[in-house]
Amino acid sequence: MKISMRKPVIPVGPVHPLQEEMEYFQLTIDGEIVTDIDVNIAYNHRGIEEISETLQFDQVPFLVSRICGICSASHPLAYVQAVEEIANITPPERALYVRTIINELERIHSHILWAGLAGHFIGYETVFMWAWKYREPVLDLLEEITGNRNNYGNVKIGGCREDIKPDIIPKLLKELDLLEKKMDMLTKAVLDDPILHARLKGVGILTKEDAIKYAVAGPTARASGVPIDVRRDDPYAMYGALDWNVITQEEGDVFAKTVVRLLETLEAIKIIRQALKKMPDGPVMTEVKDIPPGEGCGHVEAPRGETFHYVRSDGGNRPVRHKARAPSYVNVPSFKASCIGEEVSDAMITLAAVDPCYSCTERMAVLDSQTNALICGFEELLRLSREKTERIRKGI
Amino acid sequence: MSWKLWSLKKSPWVFHVNTGACNNCDIEVVNCLTPKFDVERFGIKLVGTPRHADALLVTGVVTRQAAPRLIRAYQQTPKPCVVFAIGACACNLGIFRKGYHVVGPVDKILREVDPNAIIAYVPGCPPKPEAMISGVIKALGAI
Repeated sequence: MKISMRKPVIPVGPVHPLQEEMEYFQLTIDGEIVTDIDVNIAYNHRGIEEISETLQFDQVPFLVSRICGICSASHPLAYVQAVEEIANITPPERALYVRTIINELERIHSHILWAGLAGHFIGYETVFMWAWKYREPVLDLLEEITGNRNNYGNVKIGGCREDIKPDIIPKLLKELDLLEKKMDMLTKAVLDDPILHARLKGVGILTKEDAIKYAVAGPTARASGVPIDVRRDDPYAMYGALDWNVITQEEGDVFAKTVVRLLETLEAIKIIRQALKKMPDGPVMTEVKDIPPGEGCGHVEAPRGETFHYVRSDGGNRPVRHKARAPSYVNVPSFKASCIGEEVSDAMITLAAVDPCYSCTERMAVLDSQTNALICGFEELLRLSREKTERIRKGI
Repeated sequence: MSWKLWSLKKSPWVFHVNTGACNNCDIEVVNCLTPKFDVERFGIKLVGTPRHADALLVTGVVTRQAAPRLIRAYQQTPKPCVVFAIGACACNLGIFRKGYHVVGPVDKILREVDPNAIIAYVPGCPPKPEAMISGVIKALGAI
């Protein structure tokens, strides 16, 4: 008699205490080893690209900063760069420096946030509490500069809404000094900790070949030895004029990702110091007239990787097409390479290691209600395209 | 006051449900637990399952996919319980009100299954941790 055994499956989510957002992982296991993984998302899909087409050009930055609350400076900057490319606007130099500073402050708070959550995932609550305690002054600085702890809403087409006022700068420098000391201590504590070495080294390895194959972005790629960074490869804002290093590690495991993120916070502090020193006086806005017809792209190195925005204008006051691609969209499929073959107890930290952000990533697919078939799949599009050719051929 | 309500007011344990937020309210909720704000000194504790919770912290617009999960989490919570709609999206959909995948604010979805649900609103985008703590204390004081 043949006994058919279904492989045991561990469901994680959609509502799970370790996850901030709703997402669903299906881990197929064989003993303790994960043999397959399936990710099911779209619990957070809000249809932002479609809402964006109903808003005016100047209102869209407020919407796209709410794509993801943690990257809420990167998304508007990418969008604004796309619109500036259409209209051929060059913002004043001071505005570019302000954008650089706010983006780097965001990177600091996002990386510390991740370091804390990683500690939480492996049951190391001390790292969690300490890291989040060090993050608070950064949020206070952002509140002082832009008026809000998150969702800064500071970037606008042609410049910035708020300048960094001269009386804030001494406080900013003082806080950066304090933060650098604390981050230095935290980095050394994490790098020298024997428990973290034993727990994270060799776990969830994403090899260089896999990193290139899955086209991952940001710290995930840099931890696997792929030195890509939009800030260096295609400088925007004022990154081209500043002196800083791209941090890379060769190992590709969770420990390497931690090291890359922690060292990047120190690098970000260096960038902010230089920017504050070099920042010229002057206005932070240029006057913007109509947006002419055309299309433009903008990309920004968000804390998680490259954020890409595409905008098309028909000369009216609204974008006719707006496309956003967030870094987690390319980082999430790399679970197939990094998670399979690991133990179940290592799966959670491996999944968390790319710092996935599902509210950025959510996409929608249209299904046929009768057959459950994808309407917008590749095969279907190919068929539709061929049918159209056929129709045109018959018409002629 | 029944003993159930009396016991609800002391040391509320909360469960956090994200129904389509942008992560912003969520990180501020977690921020409340960390050393600067430290709500555990008031006995407010984040728990891992709705079955242990006295209050639900709901963040974000309710999307089509998340609505059944929110209702299920609410039904699993022992009654009486307080639902906190945290952030502009959870209160009245905010900037996402025109979205095609958005089915409604938290109160509309929950009142469909339980017309007597106790819902407290904490507006803001995102509300500051101080606002959240004050909201929790005000709501419990009003019971």
